[in-house]
Order: sequence, then C-alpha cells, then structure tokens
Amino acid sequence: MALKVLTANRLSDGIAVWLGADGSWQETIDEAFVARHEAALTGLQDAEKVAAFDIQVVDVTLVDVEERDGHLYPLRLRERIRAAGPTVRLDLGKQAETLADDAAAIAA
Amino acid sequence: MYRYDEFDHAFVRERVEQYRDQVDRRVSGEITEDQFKPLRLMNGVYLQLHAYMLRVAVPYGTLSSTQMRRLAHIARVYDRGYGHFTTRQNIQYNWPKLVDTPKILEELAEVEMHAIQTSGNCIRNVTADHFAGVAADEVADPRPYAEILRQWSSVHPEFSFLPRKFKIAVTGAERDRAAIQTHDIGLHLKKNDAGELGFAVYIGGGQGRTPMVAKLIREFLPESELLSYTTAILRVYNLFGRRDNKYKARIKILVHETGTEELTAQIEAEWEKLRAGELALPDADIAAITSYFAMPNLPERSEGWALLAAEKKRYALFAAWVQQNVTAHKNPDYGVVTISLKPIGGIPGDASDVQMDLIADIAEAYSHDEIRVTHEQNLVLPHVALADLKAVYDRLAGAELATANNNLITDIIACPGLDYCALANARSIPVAQEISNRFGSAERQLEIGELKIKISGCINACGHHHVGHIGILGVEKKGAELYQITLGGSADNETSIGEIVGRGFEPEKITDAIETVVDTYLGLRTSPEETFIQAYRRVGAQPFKTALYGEPAKAA
Repeated sequence: MALKVLTANRLSDGIAVWLGADGSWQETIDEAFVARHEAALTGLQDAEKVAAFDIQVVDVTLVDVEERDGHLYPLRLRERIRAAGPTVRLDLGKQAETLADDAAAIAA
Repeated sequence: MYRYDEFDHAFVRERVEQYRDQVDRRVSGEITEDQFKPLRLMNGVYLQLHAYMLRVAVPYGTLSSTQMRRLAHIARVYDRGYGHFTTRQNIQYNWPKLVDTPKILEELAEVEMHAIQTSGNCIRNVTADHFAGVAADEVADPRPYAEILRQWSSVHPEFSFLPRKFKIAVTGAERDRAAIQTHDIGLHLKKNDAGELGFAVYIGGGQGRTPMVAKLIREFLPESELLSYTTAILRVYNLFGRRDNKYKARIKILVHETGTEELTAQIEAEWEKLRAGELALPDADIAAITSYFAMPNLPERSEGWALLAAEKKRYALFAAWVQQNVTAHKNPDYGVVTISLKPIGGIPGDASDVQMDLIADIAEAYSHDEIRVTHEQNLVLPHVALADLKAVYDRLAGAELATANNNLITDIIACPGLDYCALANARSIPVAQEISNRFGSAERQLEIGELKIKISGCINACGHHHVGHIGILGVEKKGAELYQITLGGSADNETSIGEIVGRGFEPEKITDAIETVVDTYLGLRTSPEETFIQAYRRVGAQPFKTALYGEPAKAA
C-alpha cells in the first residue's frame, strides 16, 4: 500500500498541518505520522473521523506520500505545494522557514 | 467617487460586527465548519492551500488614494506584504489569519470598503470599463449605473440565494473594454435616435466549463428601467435556473436550454408587471448618483503638448511607455495611464505594499486622487496631465511599475493557479512567467503587436483562457500538469470563444508551443498591421495546428 499521512488546515490561521505520532498537529510534513501498513492506516482513518470534530483544524484528509532522501514526498503536486509553499514565491510558506534555517546554518 | 452615506456606513459596520461574532463562535466551537463556511464565504473569506484568502471588493474597479493606502496597510500588517489584483477588479490577500479577518474588515469599513458578496451564489462585484468617465470614445460614464446596481444588489433579500453566482458588467464606450459579453448580464450604455440614454442588454455569457457568448435580448432599455429589467432577469433566473447540478446552474445554461427567444419572452412578461412600479429610477436619483462621478476640475495644462514631445524625443524608454501605456483622455491636456502589474517574468496582478503606497502617492499628486483596477490585472491613473507624464513615469519606473507592455504579449492574465488555489489542477503563474521571459524583449513584443494571452489553472476559467487570443488551460493528467492551447478567443465587441487546437503540452514544452503559434502568425500575417486575432479569423486554426502537430494524416 501507498504510505499515507493525515493533513488538514489549522482553523485559526488556515496554515497546512499534519497529524504527528503524538496526536498533535504539526507544521511540517516531515513531522507527520506515517501509516505504513493496514493496521496503522485503520488508526489514521479513525483519527480522520475524530478530527472532523476537532475545532483546531478543518478540511482533514488522507494523502499518499513516499519517502525520498529521508523526507516525506507527497505523490500529488497539489500536496507537495501545500507542504512547501508557492513555487513562485520561495520566500513564503514552509519552504521559507527551511531556507531561513539553511541560511542561518550557512551564516553560523 | 461615490461616498458612503450614513446608511452605508451603518450597514457595513453592522456586517463587520455580525461577522466578528460568527468568527468568535466558530473558534470557540459553538458552530461547526459546515455552519460557518457559508458565513465566511459571504464575507469573502476562502480557505486555500496554504492559508485563508480574503477577497475584497473594489466596486467597478475605482479606488481613492486613501483606500489604496489602506490596502497596502492590510498587506503589510495582516498579510505577507502584497496583494493580488483579480480579473473581477478586486484584490485578494493570500495569507490572512481567520482570527484577524474581523479586524481587517473593520479597517476596510473605515475607508468605505468591504468584502460582502465577493463569494457565494449572489450578485458579485459589478465591473465596469476601467477607463470609465475618461475614455475619449465614451457615450456616458457606466459607473453611476454600476453603483445603482451595487446598492440594489447588496444583500438583496430575493437574490441572496441564487442557483449560482451572478456577474454583471457595464460599459459606456463604443469599444467594449469590460468584456460584457462574457457576463451573466452585460449592459452596453448607448443613446437612441432621440438622444436618450439606455442600455443594450445581453444575458447568458460566461466562461467556466461551458463557455458561452452572451445573447442580445434587448436593443435599447431606457436608463430609468435598469432595476426593473434587471430584477425581471434575476427573478426568471432565480425561479427557473437549475439547482440540481452546480455545473448547469448559471443563467447561460438556462438561456441555452430554454432558448433565447422563449426566455426573453418570459423576462419581458415579468418586466411588464414590474416596469410601472417602484423600481423605476427617478431622473433625480440617477442625477444624484451621477454627480458623485463628475469629472474632476482639470485645470488647463496645454504646456504639456510641447513638453511631452520634447521629452519623448529625449528619452526613448519613456517614449515607448507613453506609446503603449498612455491612452487618450476626454481632455486633450491629459492622458490615461495604465500601470502594468506585469513586469517581465513577474507574477501577473501582484503588487507589494510599497508599490501600493507609491501608487497612492502618485495618484494623490498627479491623478486627482483616483486609481482604477482593470479586469486585465493592471492599475490605471485616470487623470494625468501630459505635462506630468515624465514625473509619473520616473516614479513608477523606480518601483518596477513602468513596463511598457499594455496589450502586448507579456500583458498576460493568469489566475493564481495551483500555487495558491484549492480548486486548481495545474499552475498558471510559472507558465505566465516563462512566456513573459521568453518574449520579454521590447522590440520583439512590438513586432508581434496586440496579443492577449490568458491562462487558467482549471476549467473554472478565472484566468479567462476561453477568451484569450491565445488561451492556456492547465489540467492534471496522470498526476502531472498538462496545458491545452485554445486560439481565437476574444472578449471585446466581437467576443468569441477560443478553439482547442489539439493535445496538451507538458510544462517544459508549453512556452515552445506558444512561440510556434506566434512565429506562425508572424509568417502568415498580411502586414504588421494585421493583428494576431485578425489573422486567426482570416486563416482559421489549421496553419497553427500544422505548425504545432505536423500535417494531418492523409486518408488512405
């Protein structure tokens, strides 16, 4: 089966979040809990049903991912863009924080 | 410009407070997302890929400097330092927090702006010719009528839950710059033989998955009957428009399925019941609204003629900009400046907070405090003295706002596409950027001449691809982006829907394909004066198909 993660948008500010292994919503996809087998997927599907009533998030959905170079890589472009930010503004979205971290690391 | 009266102020403030309460109740969990979503949408708040999106109405595309400064302030304080001007003459912010949106709406209300009816199945922001009131070819200013329609349609109890969204456009000039034939209702102001003002009325135009050109249903409607006739159209649509299928719910489908003649008869019958009633517009009311849009007192500036001629001779880039981006004003001492929001390789329609503040300053100093938003995602300074053009140009050029490409191949309309939009299937902006870079040379653009490229990232057609001379539609096929080309669309007096030329192109091949289309046009045009759309209408699609896909296979 394809690896799956559970994603949503945070109610208060709309930003994309992913369900982590501890049951909290995380701001980067690499922090997501990955369902790698049927039992885990069932757990994630249950979490999806519960999250429909969670006032922290909206638009909860399961997405297919694979692992590439130690990172989670959504199979659909739409989900890759959600996970990174607009491809035309690398200074915005999640990718901006990564770039800022990289820049800080280089500067250090 | 129209100014809110006490009723308008109270109405908008009350709406802000209602919305603030709705957000509070949502955040506390008192109401569910299913209950809240229609409420936030009625206030222009969408949820997109990365964040919420707030769409703010710019009625008929007219803004004051104060309003533009407030838009810049909102971009800076509540968003990421920019806004996106849309094909509905509105502005969208891509990153507001839900919890900030009541405060944003409160700040907008202070400058007589709101986001009401920028979403939902209601009458949307009424659009108008962006050169309204100043165009040399104008019969009458369409904005007073657009304002009357705005007031009438705001939270109209009968028309707040239509089968689908409803868009109205008004133009008052000979040349249609408002794309009225792509609207649910298109109104073309004209004078009859007696010199009286009225409208040619079109209905049933639209884009989306079923593009249709509007049908003329009345040659001349007296101006006093604007609301009675519009009400008759909306009432018939509201009663008989389909609600069983959202893809067949627009009035264009009702026109198509009922037949223009039959539907017109139904509308006229309804109008007969309404026309003698309270919806007839008294002359005094029309005059009162019209007075808000009176031409400002423009002092004589005839020194500009000689000055401009000398400056154009001295500065080649300035001369090219004047040639392309300055249009004739009713007053010969003045010009109408189009500020391009399409820098070469830039994002169509985006403006930073700094740019918005600068434009507000320039408008205050040089354009009688007035700015327009065009449906082609540019801005306009409507009243600039010829003598001031160089000063305006210099200030714009210092902020990457003086690209001389109005109506040229790099003046591309593009929807936000998959970079932002939750409905999109493919990206639009990178395609626009690559084409812009490929054709960025000023000489090459001028050689090609007028050519409108319009790009949509899904079949909803927010990027107006159906009516692009060259239209590009992004689709998703087997998980990848693919771009279909349409040719021969236009959104002017001879509105036409573009024809799909063949199979789509991968992202890395679409710019080459556009270049092939352009080179084919350059090779077959009869003279440099024959524009792309004229040439296309003369020769049809086949030469372009052959250039793109090779000779059609011969039957055995």
